[in-house]
Amino acid sequence: MSPTPTAAPAIELIGIDKKFGAVHANKNINLTVAKGSIHGIIGENGAGKSTLMSILYGFYHADAGSIRINGKDTVIHDSQAAISAGIGMVHQHFMLVENFSVLENVILGVEGGALLGRGVSEARTALKRLEADYGLEVDPDAIIEELPVGLQQRVEILKALYRGAEILILDEPTGVLTPAEADHLFKILGVLRDQGKTIVLITHKLREIMAITDTVSVMRRGEMVATRNTSETTVEELAELMVGRRVLLRVEKGPAAPSDVVLSVRNLTVKDGRGVTMVDNVSFDVRAGEVVGIAGVAGNGQSELLEAITGIRKPASGEILMHGQPVTGFDSARLRALGLGHIPEDRHHMGLVLGFEENENSILGYHRDPRYGRGMLLDLDACRDDAKAKIEKYDIRPPNCRLKTANFSGGNQQKIVVAREIERDPSLLVVGQPTRGVDIGAIEFIHRRLIAMRDAGKAVLLVSVELDEIRSLSDRILVMFAGRVVGEKTPDTGEQTLGLMMAGIAA
Amino acid sequence: MSTASVPLPNWITYGLMPFLNLVVAFLISGVVVWFIGESPLDAVTLLLQGALGNGEGIGFTLYYATNFIFTGLSVAVAYHAGLFNIGSEGQAYVGGLGAALASLALDHYVPWYVTMPFAVVGAAIFGAAWALIPAWLQAKRGSHIVITTIMFNFIGAAMMVYLLVHVLIVPGKMAPETRVFLEGGQLPKLDWLIAMFGGKLGPAPFNASFLIALFMCVVVWVLIWRTKLGYEIRTLGANPTAAVYAGIPYVKTVIITMLISGGLAGMMALNPVLGASARLQVEFVGGAGFVGIAVSLMGRSHPLGIVLAAILFGVLYQGGDALSFDMPKITRDMIVVIQGLVILFAGALEYLFRPTIVRVWQRFGKA
Repeated sequence: MSPTPTAAPAIELIGIDKKFGAVHANKNINLTVAKGSIHGIIGENGAGKSTLMSILYGFYHADAGSIRINGKDTVIHDSQAAISAGIGMVHQHFMLVENFSVLENVILGVEGGALLGRGVSEARTALKRLEADYGLEVDPDAIIEELPVGLQQRVEILKALYRGAEILILDEPTGVLTPAEADHLFKILGVLRDQGKTIVLITHKLREIMAITDTVSVMRRGEMVATRNTSETTVEELAELMVGRRVLLRVEKGPAAPSDVVLSVRNLTVKDGRGVTMVDNVSFDVRAGEVVGIAGVAGNGQSELLEAITGIRKPASGEILMHGQPVTGFDSARLRALGLGHIPEDRHHMGLVLGFEENENSILGYHRDPRYGRGMLLDLDACRDDAKAKIEKYDIRPPNCRLKTANFSGGNQQKIVVAREIERDPSLLVVGQPTRGVDIGAIEFIHRRLIAMRDAGKAVLLVSVELDEIRSLSDRILVMFAGRVVGEKTPDTGEQTLGLMMAGIAA
Repeated sequence: MSTASVPLPNWITYGLMPFLNLVVAFLISGVVVWFIGESPLDAVTLLLQGALGNGEGIGFTLYYATNFIFTGLSVAVAYHAGLFNIGSEGQAYVGGLGAALASLALDHYVPWYVTMPFAVVGAAIFGAAWALIPAWLQAKRGSHIVITTIMFNFIGAAMMVYLLVHVLIVPGKMAPETRVFLEGGQLPKLDWLIAMFGGKLGPAPFNASFLIALFMCVVVWVLIWRTKLGYEIRTLGANPTAAVYAGIPYVKTVIITMLISGGLAGMMALNPVLGASARLQVEFVGGAGFVGIAVSLMGRSHPLGIVLAAILFGVLYQGGDALSFDMPKITRDMIVVIQGLVILFAGALEYLFRPTIVRVWQRFGKA
């Protein structure tokens, strides 16, 4: 576990300071990561983790401070310099060319000459060796877009290792993985560490920190507030350090009191843009006063199911009923009028217009409502008053409804969406990935709001790839695999059982 | 990549950056002028003198600017919905037909102020109609609006030539143009406006359509930032997926936006057709539709910016004419080069200096 104290640390950050205008993103950060260890960095969104890692990887320049790699002062002015210093980075959003093969992606940028032939054959040998050394099996000729996400991530790791990385930075690596894939990743990371590589893991998932890291640092508001040996700390302590106050990690909720059926889905089949069947003959009900969770690995049809229910995608066949009334094929404006609230999976892509002011986003989808202006005109004062009330009630920060939405943090952006959809008091709330990229404090808040909706007698349909979230919020869990609902379970079902179902192995 | 998301205050984004771009464009133009053996300083003086030195020059400058305001607004409205309307040129051309028909029908019977609203509506309807088919093809069939509007420029040009040569031509005349409108079919000159500032308009064709253009700026501003339709247009342009999520109907919004855009382009015809030459002529648009793209880009699709950019291009047009008259070495083509440089720096390279400015701002701005 503990590294040998005699060796020079792999990374030393000394007095790193970085300001963006008025924002002090990193305040005098000191960080030491021992060689051959896994070091976790946790913190809420906006705590400065990404900035710090971007400085280490050469995307930003620190205003002050210095970096030592393996005991040597190193100036990292761009990512090339980082790579030659032996630092590799696996980004949250993969940087792969989707229609290239694994091999082509690995050698991208280090082809070694104008002609590909020699570079390719050398890379093939090198990949074989890396595979053998670290158990990173991937077919070098597979096309990236045909690989599951877990394997794509492996390609990212291979890319870094191929470039000679001794230090590997992983930014939120498990966000897109199944529990099994995440476990596999952790095994790989363990092997890498045992072979002497140094790993920096950025995450907001405390469980992962506890499961895999040797040491952990907590960042809050640009400062490094604590560093602990993982074996000597607890989830509760870390959460408190991150947020700066005590947090409830489990959602407190009483038993559900389901009543009338609000949403009925009958034999629904949905195809994607290419005509591939993504949702295959799915039927279920959601009643008032219950949370129905849909668990599954990303890409098993949950997104398309949500889009069909919320009027964004026309289903190929089957029926959707709201309050017993057929609403199949209605657009989202009509569904909203019937009492649908929709917190979409991807707030950047769908739920918000990032270039708009906050108050403009707080009416998105409801802008035709007379309360925001009679006739054709928009009543800006009404919009802004409305936005201010939501900002106050949902503690959206900074409390400025004229600020561009892109300038809010992820958690606050999500609160803008949540406030907009919940404040309309919908009878059916459809929620996709409500806490993706959202910090702990906001997660707690959003979870409590969703339970409050349930307790107020609303029907809530929740889709999430976070199994923890599904289990702690849902009253019933449907598991989706390959477009089908493969089973219904209660929330006290073990994670392993659900994980196997999500992988299509057991029902 | 590291500076792209850093927010800057508006006076930098909308004031300093366009200004710097303009300065660089003029500096490079100066080098070009110097290369062909003329003094850049003299050239600038002549250009400004010609464009702004007297009432007549100003009249011509504002006459050109009027064209560019209309086409700039046309491009801007479409741009807010994420649609790149390259067809303002053709829509303006066809709009001229609507305006001319109104004048031809009414000028015998009524004074100009009765004809004017009919001409305005006629120009707008004809311009909008010319945008309808590309809009429909985009909305329903996904045919790219850039391609279809370009094609409609050609179709419109051919159609107008046909109509002017075969249908609207005055029998017995050689010129492919309509008869000259009587006073009841013309828009009055704004000589009083120039006179207010102590100038004399002279033969410059500066006319009442300038005021219509300014009025349309207000209308467009209200439309885009104060109406629900404008909100939907901006949502569609900024994030089409969010527009679907919000239940904003794509087909309807695209078609309405393009009709408004085409209508604004069509209204540009009022200026040359009713205001200047008092007849419909072949190729009266003369590229103003394309200049409108540059004007809209430079004006950041905001009416105020569009007015300023349109006046700038008016200065370049009018001053350029004066310059090529006084400095024979600087031909009309040289003026086009200078305009091209302005478009290049103000439009295509609008963020050229942003990273530098961000760095300076972070160091010396609000601490």
